[in-house]
Amino acid sequence: MALLEVRDLSVSFARKGEPTVTAVDGISFDVQPGRTVGLVGESGCGKSVTSLAIMGLLPRRGTEVSGSVLFEGTDLLGLSQRDIEQRRGRDLGMVFQDPLSSLNPVVPIGLQVAEVIERHRGVPRRAAMSQARELLDRVGIPDPDRRLKEYSHQLSGGMRQRALIAMALACRPRLLIADEPTTALDVTIQAQILDLLTTLVADTGTALIMITHDLGVVAGMCDEVNVLYAGRVVERAERHELFAAPRHPYTAGLMASVPRLDSSGEQRLSPISGSVADNIPWEQGCAFCPRCSNALQLCGQATPEVEHTGDGRLLRCHNPVGEATPISVEGP
Amino acid sequence: MLRYTVRRLGQLVIVVAVLSILLFAWLRSLPGGPVSALLGNRATPESRAALIQQLGLDQPLYVQYWKFLQRAVSGNFGVSTGVQPGTPALEVFLQRMPATLELSALALLLAVAAGIPLGYFAARRRGSWLDNVSITWSLVGVAVPVFFLAFLLKYVFALELGALPVSGRHEAGINATEVTGFYILDGLLTREWDAAWDAFLHLILPAIALSTIPFSVIFRITRAAVLDVTEEDYVRTAHSKGLTERVIRARHILRNALLPVVTIIGLQTGALLSGAVLTEQVFNLPGLGQALSLGFQRQDFAVLQVVIIASAMVYVLVNLIVDLAYAAIDPRLRTR
Repeated sequence: MALLEVRDLSVSFARKGEPTVTAVDGISFDVQPGRTVGLVGESGCGKSVTSLAIMGLLPRRGTEVSGSVLFEGTDLLGLSQRDIEQRRGRDLGMVFQDPLSSLNPVVPIGLQVAEVIERHRGVPRRAAMSQARELLDRVGIPDPDRRLKEYSHQLSGGMRQRALIAMALACRPRLLIADEPTTALDVTIQAQILDLLTTLVADTGTALIMITHDLGVVAGMCDEVNVLYAGRVVERAERHELFAAPRHPYTAGLMASVPRLDSSGEQRLSPISGSVADNIPWEQGCAFCPRCSNALQLCGQATPEVEHTGDGRLLRCHNPVGEATPISVEGP
Repeated sequence: MLRYTVRRLGQLVIVVAVLSILLFAWLRSLPGGPVSALLGNRATPESRAALIQQLGLDQPLYVQYWKFLQRAVSGNFGVSTGVQPGTPALEVFLQRMPATLELSALALLLAVAAGIPLGYFAARRRGSWLDNVSITWSLVGVAVPVFFLAFLLKYVFALELGALPVSGRHEAGINATEVTGFYILDGLLTREWDAAWDAFLHLILPAIALSTIPFSVIFRITRAAVLDVTEEDYVRTAHSKGLTERVIRARHILRNALLPVVTIIGLQTGALLSGAVLTEQVFNLPGLGQALSLGFQRQDFAVLQVVIIASAMVYVLVNLIVDLAYAAIDPRLRTR
């Protein structure tokens, strides 16, 4: 059985006097125990909202969540406030994007780690603190005894993210969600943090949902990848297969817009044209159609359905890359 | 921290020195002067000249200031000429200070004790009736002049309903022993419970009148700060760790939200004295506020100098305490 089964998850935000915005539009995916699953896409594709919905961290006011999030068979969306609180930090941990703003500036780092242990393990402060010390040591923070008493402004960016990882993993959750955990960090630190995450989830058998827009991160650590566009999954595949042969034009576009070391200097990067603002609603066809280099006339008229392409891959596209195109539409 | 405190105390000396010069010159440039105030308009030129000489007002300003400084160093701040003629100014100050401190402390206590919890709960239940009522009341609170509110309270609760005393610090004929000059404290110290209670009753209306503005400001700042902090990323992190609401509120929201509130409490404490002038006037409390208004009417230089310089010192000290409290709450300020 899958550890986490997300089924038809939709999230929409309603604001007074403004049209309802659907950020997540019927997303389904599974996370098997111990596996690392990537959610990939541009800003605004719904990847962060998906993670917050799983954690039950969306603001209650003006938010409509439907579908189900089964964690070991229990629907997290149906839990009471009390019950979801007890699972957060214990069964599900989360690491956020900006380590500086994600840490409380007036509470010592040690207490911020120890309070999770205190809460879920029911141990007294002293014992929780000594466990916090071990955790800081394990996530590679030097001189943990000193760091316990320090505050977030005294730590470097990398150390802050290490501390946040220590908090998220303090109670050995079975699922960790990392929402762009390296975006706010220096490149050299990024690699260290990703290494740390990879090692820790491997050691503890924690399943990881890696949310990122960075294909390099995906290539480095995910077992399986879900590519999101405008709130829907447009392609899913095992990592190797996805990188070997991207099928969705959006996935292919993402890969073509990343510089590669093995390409010749002559080859230019080809960014995806336009922005998410050019989308058409899914009801009218494929949302990616206005930006798609492979678009057919059909794409602007009929919504593509999810297809199983046999080898365990999923695809939502009328005219995938790497197939003989019946009626190709030439660009101007 | 210690160096910082010492440096700030050094600043205090500079503030007092500059203020005393400005004040000295300014008081003596006011029209009229103490001689007219003391002798009236029909005094003979001879008696005027004699008094001017006796008070040393015929000498150049810098000589007067120098003499003032010389005496001040030995604790002699001159003699009151108008508020309590013949009494040393310092004694006038010390006699009246307890009444004002007692009033201000109670007013500040009321403002903080009501403003912070109400601001907090109004923010937690934004848009509820509690929120709306508190916001409206705090708007009224900053908009209504203190003296008007004081008169209104006095009229309704003291004169019409007779529920509370009209004026003064004690009921006539009450048996009270004076120890410190703080009447509530004195009553408690000497176990004269009825005297303590009576002093407290006398302070209720003036303290409410005086606390209205600081309450409104503290309430609004607390509410806004709690709303801001609730949206912070670290509060989301705290939720993601599954902490209980109680811990999140106390440890993660309230502590951060208190930072701007502490600052504003300091500023409002300074403003209390100006409110006390009006409140003491309406409720006939023999405090420093009353001494200030009497002092200006009768041009009592000595008393005005002592009271104003002392208030400035209190203001600087309160803000030093605020800064130290700020550093105690916010570790980012400690390690600079």
